This record gives sequence, C-alpha cells and structure tokens, in this order.
Amino acid sequence: MYALVDCNNFYVSCERVFQPQYNGKPVVVLSNNDGCIISRSNEAKVLGIPMGAPEFKVRDVIKQHNIKVFSSNYALYGDLSQRVMKILENFSPNVEVYSIDEAFLNFDGMNVADFHLYGLEIQKKIIKWLSIPTGIGFAPTKALAKLANRIAKKFPERTNGVYVIDTDEKRIKALKWTKIEDVWGIGYQLTKKMHHKKILTAYDFTLAQNEAFIKKEMGVVGLRLRQELLGSSAISIEMPKTKKNIAITRSFEKDIISYSELKERVSTFASVCAEKLRRQNSCCYGVILFLKKDKFKANGERYNFYKMATLPFPSNTSFSICNLALKMLSELYKEGDSYKKAGVIVTEIIPSNQRQFHLFDDENPKFQKIMEVMDAQYAKYGERKIKFGNQDLQRTWKMKQYHLSKKYTTNIKEILEIKCH
Amino acid sequence: MPLNSKLTFFIPEEGFSDGQQFISSGIKAGFPSPAADFEENKISLDVILVKNKETTFYAKASGNSMIGAGIDDGDILVIDRSLEPQNNKVAVCLIDGEFTVKRIKKNDDELYLIPENSLYKSIKIEEHNELIIWGIVTYVIKKME
Repeated sequence: MYALVDCNNFYVSCERVFQPQYNGKPVVVLSNNDGCIISRSNEAKVLGIPMGAPEFKVRDVIKQHNIKVFSSNYALYGDLSQRVMKILENFSPNVEVYSIDEAFLNFDGMNVADFHLYGLEIQKKIIKWLSIPTGIGFAPTKALAKLANRIAKKFPERTNGVYVIDTDEKRIKALKWTKIEDVWGIGYQLTKKMHHKKILTAYDFTLAQNEAFIKKEMGVVGLRLRQELLGSSAISIEMPKTKKNIAITRSFEKDIISYSELKERVSTFASVCAEKLRRQNSCCYGVILFLKKDKFKANGERYNFYKMATLPFPSNTSFSICNLALKMLSELYKEGDSYKKAGVIVTEIIPSNQRQFHLFDDENPKFQKIMEVMDAQYAKYGERKIKFGNQDLQRTWKMKQYHLSKKYTTNIKEILEIKCH
Repeated sequence: MPLNSKLTFFIPEEGFSDGQQFISSGIKAGFPSPAADFEENKISLDVILVKNKETTFYAKASGNSMIGAGIDDGDILVIDRSLEPQNNKVAVCLIDGEFTVKRIKKNDDELYLIPENSLYKSIKIEEHNELIIWGIVTYVIKKME
C-alpha cells in the first residue's frame, strides 16, 4: 500500500502558521520577484484568482476584496517542508519526498489495521504540531494514490481529507471519475492526442483496446502508468540521490552590456552553485557557462552561447568554480553586445569523499577552510555577508519582495514575537 | 571522469554533528596530551533544550505579564508543539487568532489563562472564545544584565 500526503495550499499555509489572523481570510503568495500568483488560499480561489496569474492582472481584485499578499519566503517554506517530511517518517520508514509539499509513503511489511484511521492520525499530528493542513490518498500503487489524494481534496466533507482505494470497486469508480488530463504524467500535448482517440477518463486509458495506442504514444512509461492504474505497482519508492547537475540561471531585468556587470552576475551564480555542492557534500569536475541574447533582437543571428570547461581537480570551492566560469566569460563575451540571460551549470558531480587526489595539481587547501568560514557566517546570519570582491557591486540586484514575511524559523533575529499582556 | 587513475581514495565524510571533539595530538613530536584518552563529547545546548527538533519553535517575549513565571521582556522562549497541554504548564496560546503566553489552569469544567503579574487579569475561556494551545514553553533563554 502507498500513500500520497500533500500539503494543502502549502505556501499560504506556511504564512498562516505565524500569522494566524489570516486563517479564513483570502491569501495569495507571489513567485520570485513578486511576479505571479503561485499559491492561493481556498478563499482566494473562490474569489476567482487564477493560479499563475501575473500580479498586475489581478491587482484590482486583490484590492477590491482586501486579499492578503505575500512575497515567496522560501527560507520559511523549506524549513517547514523538512519538518513535515521528518514527521512523516514516524508513520513509515519509506518516505519519498516528491516535491516541497508532497511525499509518497510505502507501507509494505507494515501492519496497518485501518488505513483511513491511520491517515486521519497523520493529518491530526501535522496540523497539531505544525498547523499545516494535508490531504492523504491511500492506494495499492503510486499513480492510484495520486488519484485517491485528488478525491480526498475534492470532497473534504465526505472524506475528511483522507481517501483509501482498497477495493476494485473503488478503484474503477475513481478511474471513471478522473479526467485524463488529471492523471499523473499526462500533459497538455498528450491530452489532445488522448481526446482524439476518445480516451477521456483514466478508466478509458486502462481499457485493453487502447494498450497499443498508449505504447505507441508513450512507450514503456505509458504502459507502466496503465499497469499502475490497473492496480499493480510498477513505480516504486525512489530514494534521494544527490543531484547530477546544479544550475543557477537568471534572466536580467534589463539587458546587460557592461562586462563588469556581467562578471558580477556570473560570479554570483558560480558561488551559489559551489555553495549548493558543499551543502550536499559533493564536488564537480565540469563547469558550463551560457549567455543568451534577446531572441527577437538577434535578427536571425546566433543568440545562445555555451562554453564548457573541466577543472584539473574536483572542487566545490567558490574560488575554483568562479575563476573557471569567469575565464569562460572572458572568452564568450563580445564587447558592445547586450545579454538577456546568463547561467552557470556544474556537472560531473561526485561525492566529496570519493575525490581522487592529483599528484601535482591540487587545489589550495586554504580555499576549503575559507569556504567553511563563509558557510558558517551564512548559517549564522541567514544572509551572504561575506562575498567576493567581484560580486554585488551596489546591491542593485535585489529581488522585488515587497510583501515578504519574516524568516521565523531560520533567523534568530526574525523569530515570532509574542506579546505578554 | 577525466582522470585515468586506477585507484579511488575514499575519505571519511566529515559530519557537522553537534558537540564532537576533534583530537589532533599524536603525530607531532613531543609528549601527547595525557587527557587525550579521556576526551568526551562537548556539552551541546541544542541537545539539551531541543527534545523534538521538528516540533520546536522559538519566539521572543515582549511585555511583562509573565515575569512571575520567569519570562521577562526580550527573553527567548523554546516552544515544543508536540507536548500535550497540561494543567499548570506555561503555554503559547492562540486566543481568537492572537498569540499570547499564559499559564493554563483547569478546575472542574473551567479553563483559565493566567498571567503571572498582578497588574494583569486572568482570562476565563468562554463558549464564544476560540482557543488553540499552540505549544508548551519548555525553556526560557535569558541574557543576564
């Protein structure tokens, strides 16, 4: 048996943990740079705020209904997400974190008498301990657990937010209820093809007459999905792997012409890559730099530029990775050209403890020490206070975050203040 | 991998676990420290103050309604949300959507939130109030003047 535990309107719920005055009120959370709506409370959904809408398009509705707006506070969401996942481990030893607000649990070899009660217990603990509401779907396969979760959320009064598919009758009922576009892994393009073939529900997808079509269109992935929907498990719990590539890329607010500005950006991206490597205890060999010009101003000329280089030794220090990235920048950059986007990608990642030593050419051991100091400072202040000389010239790159809440759980200076009166 | 070495060296992973000691005597000439064999873990306040990492939160007290309980203005409260509320415990409560710190008092069928400063009044929880016991205050961190 599998379960999919999904936090309801996760970012909004996180904001409400420390600002409970917004319980029951319409709330939305904006994406980075205060761009689009990425999380909505149920009250905001009722008011007709669409998911993904650009903020300026719904500004009037927000004002009219006095909807509370938050900038995204990933420090807070990340911390609360980790807490949710850790608590789930109390209920099953096999937890696969699927996204920031979803996890699959597997109960093979466990003796659970009543999954519905067990689900209610999980839900109760997470709401009591963290104030995060969840919906839970149980089923014999992961794809069906997704469906069960959907049903739990769609019919909160009848299910109390927990739904179990444990009989064939319930499975078929759920399949017939689920539209094909809502099935796990069926995107926009596939939906069109499925509709053309008169596959309108998950149930149609499982019919024997459509098997050949699915194999042709989706290959083995589609057949596995079909098998999952038929009730036999084909996709098992995946254990966390260290990332194979880490990429930091950003579009600029305005095109960049100046070399020093571009250098600053690339240096910052490279240091953040290095920081992410250190956090997962790995090193990289390969560094890729890419630059992009505005496609529409390129007049048919080339607008994408890549360069890749290899370090002589695996590294995760900002020194080595920045230097290599900047060297590539000096080779790619053309004076007078304006760039719209840049990115640094690190590849060929290996665990730090499997580093091979090089006899003649190794990294300056001081670099590692300096990185430790920088990471410790970052952990202490929650901000990158120590930077390289070529980074962050006049702090002109600050993200637009007009509605940012505090880092309640990750910065001691921003913890909740409780009035004693 | 770009290097063609036949050997892979494994270095033990360096953890950052709380309170471990690194002993670095021995290789250099001279006498080793006689204490080296008796090194123990360092005392970690994290381990002492935080019993349940996932459910522990910190908050700063502002005001003086709880000075009798040892909570002064500016103190940091350690709050464990997984502990069950009990009579006489100091708790962070949400009353009608607002945070407060009070001592819980329950007699017979009545529930009170009691401040620890005679200048403030107790709150009797009535039918129309919405009360959530948010978490139990387990420690108070105080800076000495």
